[in-house]
Amino acid sequence: MEAIMNTPVVMMLRDPVLYLGLGQGLMLTLQIAALSIVLSFGFGTILGAMRYSGVPGIKHIAASYVETVRNLPTLLLILVSYFVLGLPAMWAATIGLTIYTSAIIAEVIRGGLNSVPTGQWEAARSQGFSFLQSMRYIVLPPAVVKMIPPIVSQFVTVIKDSSFAMAIGAYELMFKGTILAAVYWRPSQIITIYVVISLVYFTVNFIISMVARRLQTKLSVGRGSIGD
Amino acid sequence: MSDLIANIGFLQQGPFAIPRWEALFSNIDLLWQGTIVTLTVASLGLALALVLGTVLGVMAASHWRVPRAFTRAYVEFYQNTPLLIQVFMIFNALPMVFSGLFIPVITIGILGVGMYHGAYISEVVRAGIQSIGRGQLEAALSQGFTYVGAMRYIIIPQAMRIVLPPLTNQAVSLIKNTSVIAIIAGGDLMYAGDAFAGRFGHYGPTYVIVGLGYFLMCFPLAMLARRLEDRTRVL
Repeated sequence: MEAIMNTPVVMMLRDPVLYLGLGQGLMLTLQIAALSIVLSFGFGTILGAMRYSGVPGIKHIAASYVETVRNLPTLLLILVSYFVLGLPAMWAATIGLTIYTSAIIAEVIRGGLNSVPTGQWEAARSQGFSFLQSMRYIVLPPAVVKMIPPIVSQFVTVIKDSSFAMAIGAYELMFKGTILAAVYWRPSQIITIYVVISLVYFTVNFIISMVARRLQTKLSVGRGSIGD
Repeated sequence: MSDLIANIGFLQQGPFAIPRWEALFSNIDLLWQGTIVTLTVASLGLALALVLGTVLGVMAASHWRVPRAFTRAYVEFYQNTPLLIQVFMIFNALPMVFSGLFIPVITIGILGVGMYHGAYISEVVRAGIQSIGRGQLEAALSQGFTYVGAMRYIIIPQAMRIVLPPLTNQAVSLIKNTSVIAIIAGGDLMYAGDAFAGRFGHYGPTYVIVGLGYFLMCFPLAMLARRLEDRTRVL
């Protein structure tokens, strides 16, 4: 028993410094991810609505933004935010992720709105609903049902991609782990640290994935086939 | 004319000044070499992802419990952990487990994106197979096809049409994700750009050109995916 307790790996796992470090890293990871999801939801809604509107100039601005950003690596956007825009590391990561995620959410929102047949619009307008009323009571309810699961699963992507922030030295989970791997230098300890970080990411993301999957089945059963 | 240019401040100073562009274009072959590495990692990684994804997808759609549980665990692990840590595992941890093992950085990239996107592709393949309907498989089996034979000749050719658009989108993500090997000095386009930009501080022009490079690799594929999507919708 004594021998097991004194192996380097167990010594490390009993050291609060490890959990303090990883905990701080996880906090920053979640902070970056949550902020960029909230910001992306705002920008993505505006962009998605712009593209859905079909107004010539406005539609094209949104479309070119989405098509450009979707074809660029997130890492590049984070590096640009840091080195070209000159933001501090944590904000560079947040903004870089926001630039990318806004484009994805814009497409989700446009897809959701497009999934409601135009006949529904026409029926609502012909019954005397105003534009906003048709949107609020007829189009949005089934559209939002379509949007929620992909937006929730986008959380997972943002949390995973926030690990790229280690390239600019933001102390998120991945970078904290790498620093700890230098503190505990033994191979067995380093491997254990990587396994522990993987498990932390896995736990957080798995829970979110489960929520997304649950929402998908629940919403599609509950609301029926209005949008299909 | 040169007076005019000299008076426009941002062309002479700042992140996008003309001298920075000149410096970049006189060293442009650095970015070319990076592009070749990126294309190598992307194409071999895609080949690995396709093979792995097909095998795992067929296993996931089968009715045998053990392979199904295995693919489930594989997919959940790979989809819920960052690619970066998977790459670090291969880069740092694997040589420690097998001491003295040397893996070239390009191979790390190929294994990293191949195994990561293999998980996503297996989900695409599984969904494609399951969309074909149990009856087709049963009919094929009753005609004396083996499970693999039925897959090869009956199910997969039909599933192909449903599977192609999301598969093309995966190829786009895979190309973009090859850029993570820049963090382990992978010598790819992102690394070449970052190294050059970092040495002289010419971040603005370099990132524009690097971005253009990735865009030119990804955009045609993204367009193809859209066109394939439209075609399947009509059919």
